[in-house]
Amino acid sequence: MSKKHLVIVGNGMAPGRMLEHLFEVTDAYDVTIFNAEPRVNYDRIMLSPVLSGEKTYADIIIHGEGWYEEHGITLHQGEKITEIHRNERKVVSEAGREVAYDKLVIATGSNPFIIPLPGHDLPGVLAYRDLDDTGAMIEASDKGGRAVVIGGGLLGLEAAAGLKQRGMEVTVIHLMPTLMERQLDTAAGYLLQKELEGRGIEVLCEANTKQILGQDRVEGVELADGRVIDASLVVMAVGIRPNVQLAQEAGLEVNRGIVTDATMKTSDPNIYSVGECVEVGGLVYGLVAPLYRMAKVAADHLAGASEMAFAHAETPTKLKVTGCDLYSVGDFAEGDGREDIVLRDAMRGTYKRVILKDNKIIGAVLYGDVADGGWYNELLKSGEDISEMRETLIFGQAYQGGAGADPLAAVANLSDDAEICGCNGITKGTIVTAIQAKGLTSLTEVRAHTKASASCGTCTGLVENVMALTLGDAFQLPASEGMCPCTTHSHGHVRRLIKAKGLKSIPAVMQALEWTTPEGCAKCRPALNYYLVADWPGEYVDDQQSRFINERVHANIQKDGTYSVVPRMFGGITTPDELRAIADVADKYEIPTVKVTGGQRIDLLGVKKEDLIPVWADLNAAGMISGAAYAKGLRTVKTCVGSDWCRFGTQDSTGLGIKLEHYLWGAWTPAKLKLAVSGCPRNCAESTCKDIGIVCVDSGYEVLYGGAAGLHIQGTTKLGTVPTEDDVIEVVGALTQYYRETGFYLERIYKWADRLGYDHIREVILDDPEQRKAYNARFAHAQSFAQVDPWAEFVGGKDAHEFNPINIRKLEAAE
Amino acid sequence: MNVQTKTWVSIGPLTEIPRQGARCVKNGDMSIAVFRTSHDQIFALEDKCPHKNGPLSQGIVHDGCVTCPLHNWVISLETGAAQGADVGQTTTFEIKIEDGNVLLAL
Repeated sequence: MSKKHLVIVGNGMAPGRMLEHLFEVTDAYDVTIFNAEPRVNYDRIMLSPVLSGEKTYADIIIHGEGWYEEHGITLHQGEKITEIHRNERKVVSEAGREVAYDKLVIATGSNPFIIPLPGHDLPGVLAYRDLDDTGAMIEASDKGGRAVVIGGGLLGLEAAAGLKQRGMEVTVIHLMPTLMERQLDTAAGYLLQKELEGRGIEVLCEANTKQILGQDRVEGVELADGRVIDASLVVMAVGIRPNVQLAQEAGLEVNRGIVTDATMKTSDPNIYSVGECVEVGGLVYGLVAPLYRMAKVAADHLAGASEMAFAHAETPTKLKVTGCDLYSVGDFAEGDGREDIVLRDAMRGTYKRVILKDNKIIGAVLYGDVADGGWYNELLKSGEDISEMRETLIFGQAYQGGAGADPLAAVANLSDDAEICGCNGITKGTIVTAIQAKGLTSLTEVRAHTKASASCGTCTGLVENVMALTLGDAFQLPASEGMCPCTTHSHGHVRRLIKAKGLKSIPAVMQALEWTTPEGCAKCRPALNYYLVADWPGEYVDDQQSRFINERVHANIQKDGTYSVVPRMFGGITTPDELRAIADVADKYEIPTVKVTGGQRIDLLGVKKEDLIPVWADLNAAGMISGAAYAKGLRTVKTCVGSDWCRFGTQDSTGLGIKLEHYLWGAWTPAKLKLAVSGCPRNCAESTCKDIGIVCVDSGYEVLYGGAAGLHIQGTTKLGTVPTEDDVIEVVGALTQYYRETGFYLERIYKWADRLGYDHIREVILDDPEQRKAYNARFAHAQSFAQVDPWAEFVGGKDAHEFNPINIRKLEAAE
Repeated sequence: MNVQTKTWVSIGPLTEIPRQGARCVKNGDMSIAVFRTSHDQIFALEDKCPHKNGPLSQGIVHDGCVTCPLHNWVISLETGAAQGADVGQTTTFEIKIEDGNVLLAL
C-alpha cells in the first residue's frame, strides 16, 4: 500500500516536534518539507546564548541532516512555497516545483514587526528573529560602537544583554514606563532595570522613537523629545506578527493568525497548522510550551482518529539572560476579590508576589529568587485551595507542611554565626547573648547594646524575630508603627532610609524598604512623593498620580466636585488691574461665589473643572500666579500695613511680607505653611498663631513659629530676635528647610517642633550660623526648581488630559 | 415604550487616559469615570462616591481600587463596592479595549 503524502510548509521548532511525535506512532506518511530558511531545524529560543557567545549554531541544532535521511524526509532548504491549490491539493514553490499532498501542515511561524519609522530600511537596522539576524548582530558587534535596541520586552532585553556581552555600548528604548510590562509588574520591572543598568546597559523608558538617522547606513536614533543617540546598530524587537500571508491567499480562514479548531485543523479539513502562525481559541502564542502542545495535538490527529484537543494553559515566562532571574506566570493585574502577598528582601534584591483569588493562586511574579516558580505554577494549574498554608505560602515550598510551618522557624534554624545586621556585622549569637546577659526586653535596648538594626534598620524584623525566640512569651512584638498598612516602617525610618540608601523613586523606596503591597496606597504614595521631592530637588520627577487631586490640578476640590481658585497676592497687596481681572474672570465663567479669605486674598469658588485652564490663562495674563491655596506647601504671607501707613508701625512689615512670599512661594512642605508679618507687637497680622510669624519691634524682628489656630489652638514660640530683614529671610529659609527635611508628611510645624524640641531647633537654626547658612542654601537650591507657576505650565499644554472629559455624549431627547 | 438595549460606544484611545488615573465620559447629565491601572486594565464607574457623591475620577488609584478625594472612602474599581468597614456601591459599566480603543457599554 502506498503511503500518504504529508507536506509541511516551514521547518521551525513546532513542525519538528510534530514530526517526532508522528514518527513515534505511525509510518503512514511520506514527508516533504519546504523551508524558506536555508537550514535544518534549530532551537530558536537558544539564539540569545548564540548572540552572547555562550553557544554556537552547532550547539542548537535540533535535527541534523542525518535525522531527515533516517526518516526519509525530503527537505527543500531555502525554497519558499508561494501558492496552495486546495482543489488540486498541491503546493507550488517559488522555484516552480509542484508537490501534491494528502495532508498539508502550515507552519510559517511569525514575522518580526518592524515599525515603519523613517529610516527603518537603512542598512544596520535589524530584527531579532532568526540565525541570519543573529549573525548580522554578531558581525556588527565586532566593529564596536553603540547599539540601540528598540523594545524592552523579552527579546529586546536578551538582544541588549547579548550585545553588551559582545562588547558594544547598548541603549534600550522602551515605550512603556517599565520593562517587560506584559510579564512583570512595576516592582519587578524596576528591579530588572536596575540589574541591567548595573551591567552598563542604558535603559530609557517612556521613550518614543521618532526616526532612525543615517545616510547610507544607520548612524543614530532620534527620540520624540528631540534626544539623539548615536548608534552603529539598531535592533527592533517590538513584537511579532503571525505569518498568515500564504494561508490568506489560499482562502483559509484567517484572523490575527490562521484560525484552527482545538485539533489544529484549519477551515480546510486537509490542512493543519501549528506554531506561531496559529490562532486557536482566539489566542495566538509565542512561547515554546504551547507550540509544542500544538505539535502533539496535530501529530495525534494526523496519525488517526484522536480525542486529543489543544487547551489554553498559563505559560510561565523566564528571561534567558545569565544572572537575571525572573519568573512570571498567570494573571497579575488588579481586580476585585484579588489579594496580593508580597515579600521583598532588600538585602538580596528579591521580590516575590503571589496573587490569590478565592484562596487559589492565579498568578505569580518572582524576581531574584525564582526557586519556587515551578511550585506556584503547579498550584496555579491544579487550582488547589491554599488557605491552609496562606501564612507561609510566600516563603516557598520548603516552609510547607510539618510542624515547622512558621516564619520564626527560619530564624530558629539559623546558626549562631549567621549575620542578622549586615551594616554592623552583628550575628544572631551576639544578639542572643546580649539579651540574656543584660536582660534586654525592648528593641530600643537591643539596638543600644548591640547596634543590630541601628543603622539602616531593614533588618528590624529579623532582630525582632531573634528577640521573640530568645524571650519567648516575655516578648511582645511592638504594635506596628508603620506609616500605613503597606509597611512596618515609620515615617522617620522611611525619611532616614531615603537619604541613607540614596533612594530616588517610589518603586526604589518600596523595594528597598520591603513594602508589602505592589504599589502602595493613598496614604503612603503622597508621603513618599513629598519625601522624594524634598530630598532630591532637581533629580526626582514628581509623580502626579501619587498626589491628591488638589495638588494635581492646583485647585481645591469642593463638596460638589467643582473647584476653588485662589491667585497669589504677595503680602496681601493687590492692584486695581488685578481686581478687574478677577472680576472679569468671575463674570466670564459665571463663578458663583467670590470670597475674601483669611489669608488676605480672593477665593473664586465653584469653578467647573473644564473651566480651570481658561480661568488660569486669564489670571496669568493679568500677571497673577497660583496662590497654592491647596498645597502642602507655602500658602500665604499675611501682613499689616506697617510703617508705611500705620502710626504705630515700627518696620516695613508689608515690604518684608512681600519679600518673604517671593522667597518662599512654590516650596513643598510636609503640611501647609502659613506666615504672617506684623509691624508692631499689637500684632494685627495675627503672627502669633501662624506656622511662622514675624513681629517687628524697634530693635529688629522677632521670629516666632509653631502656632496653630485650627482644630488645635496654640500660640507661637519665639525662636529669637534678629536685627535685619536679610537675617529674617535667612532664618525663615533655614527653619523651613529643616522642617522640610525632617518633618513627617502631614505633620504641622508645631507638632514637628514638639517632637524635635524647641531648644534643639533654636540651637540648629539660630545659634549655629554655619548650620543656618547650610540649611538656607539648601532651601534656595530647592527653590530654584520649585518656583514654576503650575498654572502657566498647564495653560502651556502640560497634562491637558487632566481637565477635559475624554468623550461627551449628548443624549437624544426622549420621544 | 422604551426598550433599553446596550450599545458599545467608542470613547477614545486608551493612551488618552493616564496610567493610575482616570478620564470622564459625559453621558448626558451623568459623568462616568474611566480608570486605567498601572497594568492597562480599564474599569468604568459612575463618577460618584456612594458616600457623598465625591468625584471618584479625581482620586488616587492603587491596587484595583480608587480612594475618593473627599473623604477617603476606598472603592473597588471592578465592583464599585466600598471596601473595609464602609458600606455602599457605585454603579459599574461594562468596558473593553479593542485595537487600542476604549469601548463603553451604554
